[in-house]
Amino acid sequence: MDWFGFLFLIEVTIGGLLSGVMYALVAIGFVLIYKTSGVLNFAQGAMVLFAALTFVSLVEAGVPFVLALLISAAIMVALGFAIERTVLRPLANRSPMTLFMATLGLSYIIEGAAQIIWGTEVHRLDLGISNAPFQVAGVFISTFDLVAAAIAGVLVAGLTAFFRWTRTGLAFRAVADDQFAALAVGLRLDRTWATVWAAAGIVALVAGLLWGARLGVQFSLSLIVLKALPVLVLGGFDSVLGAIVAGLAIGATEKLAEVYLGPFVGGGIEGWFAYVVALLVLLIRPSGLFGQKLVERF
Amino acid sequence: MSQPVLEFDHVYAAYNGAIAALHGVSLTVRKSEITALLGANGAGKTTLLKAASNLLPAGRGQITGGRIRYKGRDVTTDTPHAHIRNGLVPVLEGRRCFKTLSIEENLTTGAIGRGLERAQIAQVLEQVYDLFPKLKLRRNSLAGLTSGGEQQMAAIGRGLMARPEVFLLDEPSMGLAPLVVVEIFETLARLNRETGLTILLAEQNSAIALKYAHHATVIENGRSVLDGPASDLAARADIRALYLGGTPEPVRI
Ligand SMILES: Nc1ncnc2c1ncn2[C@@H]1O[C@H](COP(=O)(O)OP(=O)(O)OP(=O)(O)O)[C@@H](O)[C@H]1O
Ligand SMILES: [Mg+2]
Repeated sequence: MDWFGFLFLIEVTIGGLLSGVMYALVAIGFVLIYKTSGVLNFAQGAMVLFAALTFVSLVEAGVPFVLALLISAAIMVALGFAIERTVLRPLANRSPMTLFMATLGLSYIIEGAAQIIWGTEVHRLDLGISNAPFQVAGVFISTFDLVAAAIAGVLVAGLTAFFRWTRTGLAFRAVADDQFAALAVGLRLDRTWATVWAAAGIVALVAGLLWGARLGVQFSLSLIVLKALPVLVLGGFDSVLGAIVAGLAIGATEKLAEVYLGPFVGGGIEGWFAYVVALLVLLIRPSGLFGQKLVERF
Repeated sequence: MSQPVLEFDHVYAAYNGAIAALHGVSLTVRKSEITALLGANGAGKTTLLKAASNLLPAGRGQITGGRIRYKGRDVTTDTPHAHIRNGLVPVLEGRRCFKTLSIEENLTTGAIGRGLERAQIAQVLEQVYDLFPKLKLRRNSLAGLTSGGEQQMAAIGRGLMARPEVFLLDEPSMGLAPLVVVEIFETLARLNRETGLTILLAEQNSAIALKYAHHATVIENGRSVLDGPASDLAARADIRALYLGGTPEPVRI
């Protein structure tokens, strides 16, 4: 490989890693809810769409950027609380399949509601982040991807600090570890769930803004759950760290495969390559790279 | 005799709406006493203790009849959280430590459940460490990586962090070496003596339970069959054989 080929490889890898951050962002929303309640929240994609639509509609209606952001965040938190109250609490102690079906239904309700409230056309979303690539040592990097990665990084750091250092965060980890013991200790499961759904709502808002700025705010945005699934399989459904690492890994391999293998199979690899990777991981490590490491003495 | 603090009045309980596990158990726990709840495997000890904390619904069970009174008030339908706030604190069978949390974090969850503030948490934490110095040494270890005895101490310590008035312990001796069992019972007896902590203790190990308890109750197939001062029950050799799953005759080979 010559020097330019090498630079190109670096460029593709960095581009892939940066878009992987965005996959991780969606996957983290899943992980938060799965860890504490064992619910695979299929509605996460619909929440991303709902958040982005809410924000765009507010901005288009002339609401200033920061205010729109705050209102959208408040709405997502309220939506999280409402879902916990009306869907999860009544279904507590039901089988995981029942809960999964409930979130599947929920995703249609949220999408339908979004459609009724905000309409169906595609909205352009401009976050004011430059799209121009810049050059470092001969490698082109997208400014937008870099800023998006930084925002995602700050969000993850914030969540990590919250769960590590606050009492609410400790309660969250206890519930995730042993729900029955947490109940017996006097922790309130409903409160923890409500907090987690609210946090997932905020994560959905951030993901929705970044993805929306990239692809336009439209209904296909809710399909990014399908991008998050392979990430979850690879990283494990219950690991935030796993979601990040797997998001990066899938982002990078996907782009590399597209560029270097794509020409041989006629392109379009990006759409399905992540699933092949996930399938291979499933065969070798069913719990994912970071999933459910049991802390136990033998 | 001191006054009753926790009273089970003809308590019935069932699992899955059908499998009856308790058939009208009555039991009175008196203030500042240690009461032993004895019975063979499946007698209903765990079910009775879970009923007291209203933890049955979380395991597809429910109280189907009778009343539970705490300090004279009917608490049968109080939430688990409300029970903790009132000082009625369970320590579950099989320890159930949070394995992925450190020992100190495990202890802290007990205080959070009671709703204590940061300053109070630090204070009770020191008290628990004084009682179980081993826990202090292991404070930063993940609970799942500590020994069975340490996990039992952590489970008891986690309960103590909620500042219990009545402590409900389910088989604290389970799976532990005799010396560790003695250490744990000595600590519980000391707490009872020095702070007046009321204890209701389910045990299969009737010998050690009767040694430390003031009062004892035996249940069999979900019914109370015997009740009296622990020393009386300990003096009757037939009890073990009849109700506690011991062998009636010495086995000859
Ligand atoms: N979750 C459950 N579902 C159905 N039946 C149950 C459940 N838990 C307990 N039981 C039944 O209820 C009865 C009482 O059980 P319990 O666990 O209270 O006994 P125990 O005295 O604590 O026994 P052990 O000494 O073995 O702990 C048993 O017949 C048991 O099979
Ligand atoms: Mg039991």
